[in-house]
Amino acid sequence: MISILVDHWPAFWSGFLFTLGSSILALIGSLIVGTVFALLEISERKWVRIIGRVYVEIFRNIPLLVITMFFYVVIPMFIANVNGFTAGTIGLTIYTSAFIAETIRAGIEAVDPGQMEAARSNGLSYLQAMTHIVFPQAIKITIPPLGNQFINLVKNSSVLAFVAGFDLMYQGNLIASTTFDTSNTYLAVGLLYLILTLPLSYFMRYLEKKWA
Amino acid sequence: MSMIEFHDVEKYYGDFHALKHINLTIDKGEVVVIIGPSGSGKSTLLRSMNGLNTISEGKLVVNNFDLADKKTDINKIRREVGMVFQHFNLYANKTVLQNVSLAPQLVLKEDKAQSEKEAMDLLNLVGLADKAQSYPSMLSGGQEQRVAIARSLAMKPQALLFDEPTSALDPEMIGDVLDVMKKVAADGMTMIVVTHEMGFAKEVANRLIFMADGEVLEDDDTKSFFAHPKEERARQFLSKIINH
Repeated sequence: MISILVDHWPAFWSGFLFTLGSSILALIGSLIVGTVFALLEISERKWVRIIGRVYVEIFRNIPLLVITMFFYVVIPMFIANVNGFTAGTIGLTIYTSAFIAETIRAGIEAVDPGQMEAARSNGLSYLQAMTHIVFPQAIKITIPPLGNQFINLVKNSSVLAFVAGFDLMYQGNLIASTTFDTSNTYLAVGLLYLILTLPLSYFMRYLEKKWA
Repeated sequence: MSMIEFHDVEKYYGDFHALKHINLTIDKGEVVVIIGPSGSGKSTLLRSMNGLNTISEGKLVVNNFDLADKKTDINKIRREVGMVFQHFNLYANKTVLQNVSLAPQLVLKEDKAQSEKEAMDLLNLVGLADKAQSYPSMLSGGQEQRVAIARSLAMKPQALLFDEPTSALDPEMIGDVLDVMKKVAADGMTMIVVTHEMGFAKEVANRLIFMADGEVLEDDDTKSFFAHPKEERARQFLSKIINH
């Protein structure tokens, strides 16, 4: 395994960087989009709640690969060319944001409704009550399940391999098909994914303890 | 000067008729205690006064704002009518000082130093200045409730609503909270208090309202109410809670 890593290091390293880049972009994107849709889902207005609900139900119930292929194949037919990396990252963002929306919604609903009532009675607007009182408490509750979503996101970024996204899995496939040393190649790929996910996992546990 | 006016107010929860033709006027400076068995609509009535519950029919005017009017900015009413809850509902993610100073900063746009100075004065008033940096989870129920009163006062309200403020407290904590409420009443605050504390009612309230089954059955000045309640149900209710 060591020799294959050394011999093909530039390819592995480039794949690693693409996976890292796609994961970071999708993580930030899905956290923002997911939070927005979580807030829509708990809105006081029914039609706003329906918009949130429909988004979540559609995108968490379609395979990630299908969403990604839609951006890679269908969008270019009608609108503009999308390269594999972009299509994969957009797919990953949308798919993960549906799960993050559900996680954050559950977190917000787990906060004692008395907190919102007290803040509103104190004169705060809905948005002020949400940002200063409810949301900070919800995020604390949400850290462990959010950690799971982030780890899934990094692993799911291997979807880029299907759309020529030059990620770790894509490079691994190339190396395996040229060297025929499949076992060592995929061992190396797995190891490199662990290097990304294990620190993330421990970081989330650290946050969980720190904010508890 | 009237502070709160109910005109033929009705409230339904589905088929349940929670408030039945309520007509009430509460003047500035009055201390009104609302009593009645559980499920009688006391809390519903109180919570409608700052829009936490909406009314189904009729007209409700609070501090010259019509609550049923869609154009009324409910936040304006809530700035002027504070509320103290049975379960305190202090902001769990904020210190005691932040609990009291947050709304003046966000809503009244006071600067941090000014709002914190005022908050410390209020914490002194409720006897908890030494807890300014504590979080709510570190306080006893009685202390939490006194902070909650300080938090409401920080908005310099025209009136304060109390929803069973001592019902969730251990007996030995109740006195401290009632003492703070007496101080607030002595300062001339308009107060509407849902409570079972008859001692407080006798000592502080000018007026007593007895509710049952969503109706106001009796509305009288405190002395006459305790001396000779007119309604049979009020008599029964009083004998039950006073003998016990």
